[in-house]
Amino acid sequence: MKVVIDEDKCCGAGQCVLIAPEVFDQRDEDGIVILLESEPADDQHVLVREAAAVCPGAAIEVSA
Amino acid sequence: MTPPGSVLIVGASAAGLSTAEALRRHGHQGSLTLLDAETRSPYDRPPLSKQVLAGTWEPDRTRLRTQAQLEALDAEFVRGEPAVSLDAAGRAVTTASGRVLSADALVIATGLTSCRLPGQDGLAGVHVLRGLDDALTLRAHLTAAKRLVVVGEGVLGAEIAATARTMGLDVTLAGMGHTLLGDQLGGVIGAMLGRVHAERGVHLRLGVAVDGLAGTEGRVTAVRLATGELLPADAVVVAIGSRPATGWLEGSGLTLGDGVECDSRCRAAEGVYAVGDVASFEHEGLGRRLRLENRTNATEQAQVVAANILGADRPYTPIPYFWTDQYDVKIQAHGHPSAAAEVTVAEGDPAEHRFAVLYREGGRVTGVLGWNMPKQARVLRQRSLVSSQSAQPLASA
Repeated sequence: MKVVIDEDKCCGAGQCVLIAPEVFDQRDEDGIVILLESEPADDQHVLVREAAAVCPGAAIEVSA
Repeated sequence: MTPPGSVLIVGASAAGLSTAEALRRHGHQGSLTLLDAETRSPYDRPPLSKQVLAGTWEPDRTRLRTQAQLEALDAEFVRGEPAVSLDAAGRAVTTASGRVLSADALVIATGLTSCRLPGQDGLAGVHVLRGLDDALTLRAHLTAAKRLVVVGEGVLGAEIAATARTMGLDVTLAGMGHTLLGDQLGGVIGAMLGRVHAERGVHLRLGVAVDGLAGTEGRVTAVRLATGELLPADAVVVAIGSRPATGWLEGSGLTLGDGVECDSRCRAAEGVYAVGDVASFEHEGLGRRLRLENRTNATEQAQVVAANILGADRPYTPIPYFWTDQYDVKIQAHGHPSAAAEVTVAEGDPAEHRFAVLYREGGRVTGVLGWNMPKQARVLRQRSLVSSQSAQPLASA
């Protein structure tokens, strides 16, 4: 699995961090998403897909 | 329960599209149809009053998914076809062209319709902002206009005022409420936001009713207040709220109140669900009915609706969340930051334009708000807003 984020679309909601804190974090200064793992481990895949699905900025793209 | 062989989703904006994607992700292998009044590919709405109106994003940037992603859904998109009626018992939808579509499970995701002022439809220069075409029409007008009056002091009205002011227009914002976003965020934060607008030169006319519009030769010239005063304008945006788009559901057999009335599972009738802005649902954590008009709700509720269609039995118990960006202020609101709550600063400093506050009612924290502090607000939400309102990750359910 590969994860790509679009910082311009990120609204700083932090929904991704609530769902998959091992893969996503937010910058302290402006809340924009930080990708901790661009190729997350298998046990994170369901959570990452869920995070991408609920992202209100549609800022997370997951492939394969 | 047998999973449905076919699912029909009426409305292909954020909520409808997210439901379709969640159905496939959770293993729905039957047919999937999305019926939409829009002719465009699904697009996102929050940027319309900001990046699209300002012209910093090309309209295409609002597309929610690429063509390849939509094709991978293996769904039939029926576009440019508004639904005009529903037989809930037969789960059959009739479209404007007379086509009838039916399925084993039906999802209502028709969203909202903007409220209008009496007489506005006969006047040129008066706008609402709901869809992408609205935003492009308004942008074209604002690039030529000098004086804009925004009617409505809610999130949409305030965002449009901020964008138009940044574009250099003379902007007046008139509304019934006594502060900006008073209904959404209460008076303390509302007054602070009002000061931000006033410092940027927006003329605020709050706490007064708008009586109507004045025009000559079919074109708007002013907004008339209840006091008789005229606010001159060559462009007017009416942002006085929206109504759930349920007109097509009259006589369907569904219960319509403030939206499509659903149970705690987002089910309106056997095999019929509602999702997003249009859905009124029982929130088990709060013990009352709720309807949320925010972007996050569209995608979060979609996950629960899809799971329940496929046989799960999950209540939808969200912590509401919305954000708004105005000038250089980014506000994040979690929970229920009501006007009745007591507001205290939990982090940062309002004097430095960077802080987070807690809203308390009856000693309990009911809301968290970040002002240029998105991360800290989210952390406070995790600390303060769990328990009764259920913040469990959706994926674990």
